[in-house]
Amino acid sequence: MMGLFRTLLSSALVLTALVLVAPSHGQNLEAYQFDEPAQEALFKELIDELRCPKCQNQSIADSNAELARDLRDRTYFMVKEGATKQEVIDFMVARYGDFVHYQPPLTFVTSILWWGPIAVLAIGGLVILFRVRQQRSTEVELSDDERAQLATLRSEATARDEEKEGKES
Amino acid sequence: MSKGWRWAVLLLPLLAFIVLVGFLLRGLFSDPTELSSALVGKPVPQFSVPDLYQPEQQHTQAILQGQPMLLNVWATWCPTCRAEHAYLNKLAAEGVAIVGLNYKDDSRDKAVNWLNTLGDPYTVNLFDANGSVALEFGVYGAPETFLIDAQGQIRYRHVGDVNERVWRGELGERYRSLMQEFNATAEGTDS
Repeated sequence: MMGLFRTLLSSALVLTALVLVAPSHGQNLEAYQFDEPAQEALFKELIDELRCPKCQNQSIADSNAELARDLRDRTYFMVKEGATKQEVIDFMVARYGDFVHYQPPLTFVTSILWWGPIAVLAIGGLVILFRVRQQRSTEVELSDDERAQLATLRSEATARDEEKEGKES
Repeated sequence: MSKGWRWAVLLLPLLAFIVLVGFLLRGLFSDPTELSSALVGKPVPQFSVPDLYQPEQQHTQAILQGQPMLLNVWATWCPTCRAEHAYLNKLAAEGVAIVGLNYKDDSRDKAVNWLNTLGDPYTVNLFDANGSVALEFGVYGAPETFLIDAQGQIRYRHVGDVNERVWRGELGERYRSLMQEFNATAEGTDS
């Protein structure tokens, strides 16, 4: 038992280490050399934030598609020439649409991404509120007549029980 | 609890479930490449690119206006382009103006050779060796075909090969209606 536990624990540790050690970028980025660390940081930030238009949910940093490489190259040149983050993003969005940016702007169509979860939460809250109220309202007050009826039923039942016990003994 | 309320409570989750299933089912069959181009409704981007046959000759966006036309993105490494080529030849023979944008081809010679053997349906041949013009157009890959109106505005983008079905469909429809409009105004200025 102890041995099995130890094996499981060590394999879990190894897997965790692998995940941590694995490079965050799928592609070799050594070709992109910068003189200024700030530009390099901006480049890395951008290629993680820009989506490869052709791929299924991969950033242009992760994809090895030809198009992703072209967009990486373009990002590199723009950053090298001193473009700001917004300039690069605007350039890409103008050509490939909002799809190319992982942080879509807040428009009427995309607003559901922001308000959807809040709406679901609100609906859940309302349902709970309703149910609690309903449960409270089912705790009804008995009228005097009903109280009397209940008392008779109770005494009848006790009488019956006593009679039963008397027979058994 | 009223009866209607009880029904609503029972049916509402079912209804929500059906809507969700419909939404997810649609996603299953949606083609991720069929994103509408961000450039539709905008003028063609500016560019300067050499001619395929004559490297010293440069073309600019000025060639993409004057009449409704197609801009076809192609390459010799693209098998679908080979598949659509015969149909482009047919369209060209019918008088459709098609500008060819050779996109990141292996070599100029290969592209020229392709046109020499398979026929050249293009009125102008652009040679975009590094794909920079294609990037301006937001091209994903080859083949892609843009419909451009007489004013040089991009009106529609078709991803994939152009064939008879496509030409009977939206791309052809839009071209024909643009052509009709164009001919009507041309006659108007003549008289």
